[in-house]
Amino acid sequence: MGFGICLKVWGDYACFTRPEMKVERVSYDVMTPSAARGILEAIYWKPAICWKIDRIHVMNRIAYDNIRRNEVLGKIPAAKVKSALKGKDVQLYQDSNEARVQRASLLLRDVCYCIEAHFELTEKAGPDDTPEKHYNIALRRMRRGQCFHHPYLGCREFPARFELIEGTVPPSCHTGERDLGFMLYDIDFADDMRPVFFRARMVDGVIDVRECLGAGGVS
Amino acid sequence: MSEIIKNRYEFVLLFDVENGNPNGDPDMGNMPRIDPQTGNGIVTDVCLKRKIRDYVDLVRDGVPGYDIYVKTGAVLNDQHRKAYDYLGIEPSKNKPGDSRLTEFMCENFFDIRTFGAVMTTEVNCGQVRGPVQINFARSMDPVFQQEVTVTRCAVTNEKDAEKGQTMGKKQMVPYALYRAEGYISAHLAQKTTGFNEDDLELLWDSLVNMFEHDHSAARGKMSARKLIVFKHRNELGCCQSHVLFDGVKVERLSGDLPPRSFGDYRVTVSDDVPDGVELIEKL
Repeated sequence: MGFGICLKVWGDYACFTRPEMKVERVSYDVMTPSAARGILEAIYWKPAICWKIDRIHVMNRIAYDNIRRNEVLGKIPAAKVKSALKGKDVQLYQDSNEARVQRASLLLRDVCYCIEAHFELTEKAGPDDTPEKHYNIALRRMRRGQCFHHPYLGCREFPARFELIEGTVPPSCHTGERDLGFMLYDIDFADDMRPVFFRARMVDGVIDVRECLGAGGVS
Repeated sequence: MSEIIKNRYEFVLLFDVENGNPNGDPDMGNMPRIDPQTGNGIVTDVCLKRKIRDYVDLVRDGVPGYDIYVKTGAVLNDQHRKAYDYLGIEPSKNKPGDSRLTEFMCENFFDIRTFGAVMTTEVNCGQVRGPVQINFARSMDPVFQQEVTVTRCAVTNEKDAEKGQTMGKKQMVPYALYRAEGYISAHLAQKTTGFNEDDLELLWDSLVNMFEHDHSAARGKMSARKLIVFKHRNELGCCQSHVLFDGVKVERLSGDLPPRSFGDYRVTVSDDVPDGVELIEKL
């Protein structure tokens, strides 16, 4: 339930990383529903609502670019932080010369998508959480360009410009039908972070997420 | 401690390079990075963040709360970390909760407060998103990548002794003006990392001065030329960021000749900013 919105997002680069190619990151051909949800949540989200992606319109030609960067290997080890908290003298930093690794990323170039989505109320919704209220707040924010934090296209270094589409969705440059294979739909946080996959089909540049899920989401 | 920031910011940083390599591409034998489609130069986000970290490490060396988590080069660990009396916690038998660990890291490390970090302290590998987001910097015009061959009158190996000299290569861009854009989310500062007004001032300071302490044979002459800050009246912001960014225009004056100095460009900042946004020219 809830009302639908349509948001246009675009940017120079994007990287919607395939989970099977995470080390040297390779992007999916198109935006995943979970990345689209992340963009909407960056603009407006409350525990009372949960965004559901209906359709993703792929406006631009799919093009790639390769960038190799120096990255660090590790994450911050909790055990070390704990011993530092206890006042032990541990080295709590990473020497970027020691822990360096060069990794390439295959990124998307010049992307533009229109995200059609609606939200549903969750069980955390209180008596004064009406769909109208949340819908209007979300619309106001999208019109004014307000956000909690700046939305991004897969990774934070690829910021997304965004604007609300109030009329008809502009046409995509894609025609015909294309099978994009199994793509990540989203992570099911309620079920122990279980990734859910779906078979994405793009028809005339539009991926109808609900229809694809109806055709059998797999996890 | 100063107050946690309450306003959303966007910023545009213009910096240039003269006869140097601002950011080498490991895939291209350290040639300056370019966008293969347009020929414009690129400086990655992580390259700029590295310089910010190094600058803060330099000016706040040993000051509690301004440690840097990802350091470069030789690290001299001679500081007794006063910061460990974090909030006066008595070492106790019960394990500190996850949020305490994250708080502790944010309190002590400037780069985690600013850019966030990936920690193994929470469920979904605990990504702490920092308030500051920087995108790839791009040059205003296609750059010319030049490879300069140099000679050295000494040799490394004994077997080359009769050669008398060795050759090397330096990669450089004769001149390029780069534009980086960034975002600062007050919301993430408030909710997650506690990035405060002092940190913000230090960030502006580091954006202006980070190239001044990063000179090397490879870099050539790099300097920050303009730092334009848009301060929104509130936490969520008052208008779309790209509208503000589009108000900063850079025109080339050198006509058909390739640009070779900052004087070959004219930077105009439209003072017609939307209501609720304040334009601050830091440089």
